Amino acid sequence: MSFRRISAMFLRHTYLYRHSFTRLIEIVYWPLLDLLLWGFVSLYITKLSAEGQSTPNFLGIFLGALILWDILFRSQQGISVSFLEEVWARNFLNLFVSPLTINEYLVSLMMVSLFKVVVVFLVSSLLAWLLYSFNLFIIGLYLLPFMINLIIFGWSIGILTTAFILRFGQQAEVLAWGIAFLFQPVSAVFYPLAVLPGFLQVAARFVPASYVFEGMRAVIMGQSFPAVYLLKALGLNLVYLFLVLLLFFHMFKAVRVKGLLAHMGE
Amino acid sequence: MRLETSPVLEVNKLSKTFNSFQAVKEVTFELYRGEILGLLGPNGAGKTTIIHMLLGLTLPTSGEIRIFGLNPEKSRQREKILSRMNFSSTYVAMPLSLTVRESLMVFGQLYGVKKAKKKIETLIEQFDLKESANKAVRTLSSGQMTRLNLAKAFINDPEILLLDEPTASLDPDIADRTRNYLIEIKKTKNMAIIYTSHNMNEMEVISDRLLFLHHGEIIARGTPAEVVRQFSGENLEEVFLKIAREMEP
Repeated sequence: MSFRRISAMFLRHTYLYRHSFTRLIEIVYWPLLDLLLWGFVSLYITKLSAEGQSTPNFLGIFLGALILWDILFRSQQGISVSFLEEVWARNFLNLFVSPLTINEYLVSLMMVSLFKVVVVFLVSSLLAWLLYSFNLFIIGLYLLPFMINLIIFGWSIGILTTAFILRFGQQAEVLAWGIAFLFQPVSAVFYPLAVLPGFLQVAARFVPASYVFEGMRAVIMGQSFPAVYLLKALGLNLVYLFLVLLLFFHMFKAVRVKGLLAHMGE
Repeated sequence: MRLETSPVLEVNKLSKTFNSFQAVKEVTFELYRGEILGLLGPNGAGKTTIIHMLLGLTLPTSGEIRIFGLNPEKSRQREKILSRMNFSSTYVAMPLSLTVRESLMVFGQLYGVKKAKKKIETLIEQFDLKESANKAVRTLSSGQMTRLNLAKAFINDPEILLLDEPTASLDPDIADRTRNYLIEIKKTKNMAIIYTSHNMNEMEVISDRLLFLHHGEIIARGTPAEVVRQFSGENLEEVFLKIAREMEP
């Protein structure tokens, strides 16, 4: 054993952190998100028992939330990871010197994303039914608008991530794995919005996924859920999708001006 | 030998500046059908930047590009241009998990190739990829990868082909066969080719005309023999070394 060689390897990794802002951020990012998420889940359960309320259908609420959250996550990954696949394979240039237009490319990513979502949804619903006798289809007709809203929100996050990777290169790759989780605490995935502190409740009103998860809980618990919330979510989604598309096209032009597109994945 | 008088590609006073660095300075040239135009110059001379601007990957700061009389900066015209062109570079690869055949099928569709299957089998044969046709791209040697890139570049029977150091990772035998194939296809298909390489012997053999670039400017142009004469050298290698070492600012 050579301490010199071990310290050389330690040095190699400290250099990496010194030159990578995203890696530094990651050190606090994941613990913070975990703390927020599980902190609010704990608050929710504590509040229920303190108020002496009857225990809701936790199995349904948590499994339903997990499956629906996966729809959002896979929808986002279907865009950003499929884009990264071309960068990793150094195939990006081959695509953009072909007649393929950027619009066609984006639509193809959305199709890949949709395909992934459908497969993941079918597999997780089947497994939830086989392993836990949980039938997600008890949500009924609401399931379709819930899924549509989550898919569109996932696309927006995916396109946003892709725009950043285009502009800042592979060092922004970490966003593809982590940015969706930034929205998780304010999407009220595993707990009601009422658990969040006031300022986060205000923030949650601007997150389309929060309406979906509130709705899912209401339906599973047999409560009423105003359909207007789904329209609000759809409205927000369309605005966000429009804005991220604008940003994406702006970034695409900027990287062509800066000559960065040509070096993507080289 | 030029077979037509009107160029398929015209570049007029093309410049590119990255922040304060001027990578390409008012470059003007034309490319004709049936010729191979070699872009020559030391690293950082601007060769690759010019190729990237011709492909529309990088937008010029000023100047004009016309390909088949169309403007590649306009998206609809770019689409038309790119369906009649192709590109290959040693520094670009293919989807790693796909097989050689599958990769070519994807590009066949992207370029709208008719009877793509038949075309792909011909290319597999031509570029000596028969044994690796069903292998995943990630398992290919660098030579096989270069041949796959070249096969992709020929998938749409391009009228203009841009080749950035295409033989850099090939062994001398395959490199020689590739050069001969390019010379042959240039004649038979009346193809226009822009070629970059750091192999001076190769540039002398393959190029009908040369543009010698240095610090983003064309400092010499003509046939290889004319360029060698212009710098009173014995061969291109000597001229290259002279320019790279003596013309530093």
